Amino acid sequence: MAGLDRRRLGLLAVRYALFLALGLWLVAMSLASEHFLTWLNFLNVARQAAPILVIAVGMTFVMATAGIDLSVGSLVALVSVLIVTFFGLGLPAEAVIPAVLAIGLFSGLVNGYFVRLGLPPFVVTLAMLTTLRGIAFVVSDGYATPVKDDFVLWLGRGKIGPIHTPIVLAVIVAIIGWVVLSKTRFGLYALAVGGREEAARAMGINVDRVKLAVYGAIGLLGALAGIVLTGRLGNGSPNAGIMLELEVIAATVLGGTSLFGGVATMAGTVAGALFINFVRNGLNLLGVNPFWVQVATGLILLLAVLLNTVVNRRVTEWARVLRTDESEDEP
Amino acid sequence: MTAPLVEMRNISKRFGAIVALRQVSLAIGAGEVVGLVGDNAAGKSTLMKILSGVHTADAGEIVLDGRPRTFTSPMDARGAGIEMVYQDFALVPELSVTQNIFLGRELLQSGARSRFVDKPKMRERATHLIERLGLRVPPVDTPVRAISGGQQQAVAIARATAFDARLVIMDEPTANLAAAAIAKVRAAIGRMKSHGVAVIVISHRIEDVLETADRAVVLKHGSVVGERRIAETRGDELVHMIVAGQDPRDAGASGGEGVEAGSGAGAGAGAGGEDEPGAGGGRSASP
Repeated sequence: MAGLDRRRLGLLAVRYALFLALGLWLVAMSLASEHFLTWLNFLNVARQAAPILVIAVGMTFVMATAGIDLSVGSLVALVSVLIVTFFGLGLPAEAVIPAVLAIGLFSGLVNGYFVRLGLPPFVVTLAMLTTLRGIAFVVSDGYATPVKDDFVLWLGRGKIGPIHTPIVLAVIVAIIGWVVLSKTRFGLYALAVGGREEAARAMGINVDRVKLAVYGAIGLLGALAGIVLTGRLGNGSPNAGIMLELEVIAATVLGGTSLFGGVATMAGTVAGALFINFVRNGLNLLGVNPFWVQVATGLILLLAVLLNTVVNRRVTEWARVLRTDESEDEP
Repeated sequence: MTAPLVEMRNISKRFGAIVALRQVSLAIGAGEVVGLVGDNAAGKSTLMKILSGVHTADAGEIVLDGRPRTFTSPMDARGAGIEMVYQDFALVPELSVTQNIFLGRELLQSGARSRFVDKPKMRERATHLIERLGLRVPPVDTPVRAISGGQQQAVAIARATAFDARLVIMDEPTANLAAAAIAKVRAAIGRMKSHGVAVIVISHRIEDVLETADRAVVLKHGSVVGERRIAETRGDELVHMIVAGQDPRDAGASGGEGVEAGSGAGAGAGAGGEDEPGAGGGRSASP
C-alpha cells in the first residue's frame, strides 16, 4: 500500500505540475527580487497576460476539438490596423469596435469552414496566418498609426477602480469560458468531438457546427485581444501580435489542455498564461538579457508539450494500474 | 404471433454499383432476441445501420408499432427508442463514464430554461443504470480510457438502455472481450429481454446467438437465406446456411418460400422473388 500511495502522490504531482511550478517560481522570485512581490508588479504581469489569456480561452476550446489556430497573432495585427483605418474614415468607436469584432468572427468562421471540410487545422490556419498579416500590411502600407480614441485607449490602458481594464476583461472572458466548458452541453461536445469524432457523430452531435463555433469564438476573442493591445500600445501596427499565437498555444498546452483533443481545463489555461508572464517578468527583474527570455519561452513550450504528451500517457497508464489494483476481481 | 414491435419490409440498399441489400424483411417483437448472422459483407451491418438511422434505405419501409417511420439520423431512431451498441462502443475515451452515457442527451438543471448540465443527477442515474444491468463498473467519474474493454462494453450497454429503449441493436458485442466479460454481456442481454426490450445481436460468433437469441436470421450477399428458432436448430445447421447461402430445409421444397414472400410478413426468407425468378433460397449461389 505504501507503494500505491507514493504512486498516487506522483500522479498528483504530474497532474498539478504547472500549479506547483507557478507556486515555486513565485516563492523563488520573491526571495530573489524585492520588486517582485508587490501589488504593482502583479498588476503589471496580469496586464501583460490579459490579451494572451483572452485568446487562450478560445484556444482551449479549439484544442478541445483537437484543432489549433495559428492565425490569431496575424488577426491581432489586422484588427489593429483596421481600427486606425476606420477611425481615419471618421467612424465613431461605437461603429469601429463592433466592426472589427465582426471581422474577427468572420475570419474565425472561414478557418472553421475549411477545417470542417476536413483540411488539417494546422495548414488552414497557417495559410490564414500569412494571409491576414499580408492584408494588415496592405491596408496600413506598413506604417504604424497612433490611436487617439479615448475609449480604445481606455480598453488598453484604463482602469476600473484599482484594476486595469484589460485584466477585468480577461477575467470576465475566462469565467465565461470556464462556465461554457464545464457546465454546458457545448463544452462537453467540444471535448467529445476532439476525443473521438466518430463517437460524437454516432451520438447525434453536430460535429460540423461545433467546429465552426470554436473557430468563430477564437476569431471573436482574437479581435477583442487586438482591440486591447492596440489601446495599450497606443497605435495600430501591422507588426502587432507577432509570435502571439505561440505564447497562446504555450499557455494553453502548459495548462494541461491536450494537443490531441478531448481534454481541456480553463483553470490550467489561466495558470499557464500567468506562468509564462511571471517567468518573463521575473527574468526581466533579475536583469537577464531579453533575448534569453525568448529562449526561456521556447524551452517552456517544449517542456509543456513533453508534459502534455509523454508524461501524460505514463500518468494514464499509472492510473489504469491503480484502478486494477483496487478492483482485483475485474477481468 | 402478435404484432411485431419493429418490422423492416423489403429493404433495398445499394452503394454505387454494389448492391448491399436486396428486399430484406425482418421483424422483431418486444422482449425478443434475434441473432443476425452471416459472413462478412452479408449486409448485416448495413441493414442495422438503416434501422438505427445511420443510412437510409433506397426502397422498403420501417414500421414501428404498426406505423411507418423514416429515420434520417441516429437521433431520429434514438428518439423512437431504437438504440445501437457499436462494435467499437462509440465511446469518447477522454470523457467519464457518466458523460459518455448521457452524450448527446444530457440532463439539464431544472429551472426555467436552464442551459447548464445537471452533473449530480446524471451521476446518480448512471450509477443506478449500471447497477440495474447487473454490471460492475468503476466509479462513474472515471474516464473511459482508464477502464477495461468489458467495462467499456458495459458503459455502451448502459447508454443504450438509459432512455427507455425499446429495441437495442448490438453489433458484434463480444468481438473484443475476454471470456468473463462475454458472460456478462450475455447476461445483460437476458436482462434487457426480461425488461421487455427487443434485442438484435449481430454476430459471427454462433455461440453468442445460440446462447442468447430466440431466433436466428441468416443473411448472405444482401439477402435473407433463412431463419430458425434457436430451440429448433443447431449450430452446425446455422453455419451451413451461412457458408452455403442456402436453406437446407428448402432444398427441393422452394414452393413454400414463395408463399411467405407473398405474404410479406415476418422475417421471411426469399423476398424479392420477382427480381430473380425461381431463385428461392439459392439466389446467392454464386461461387
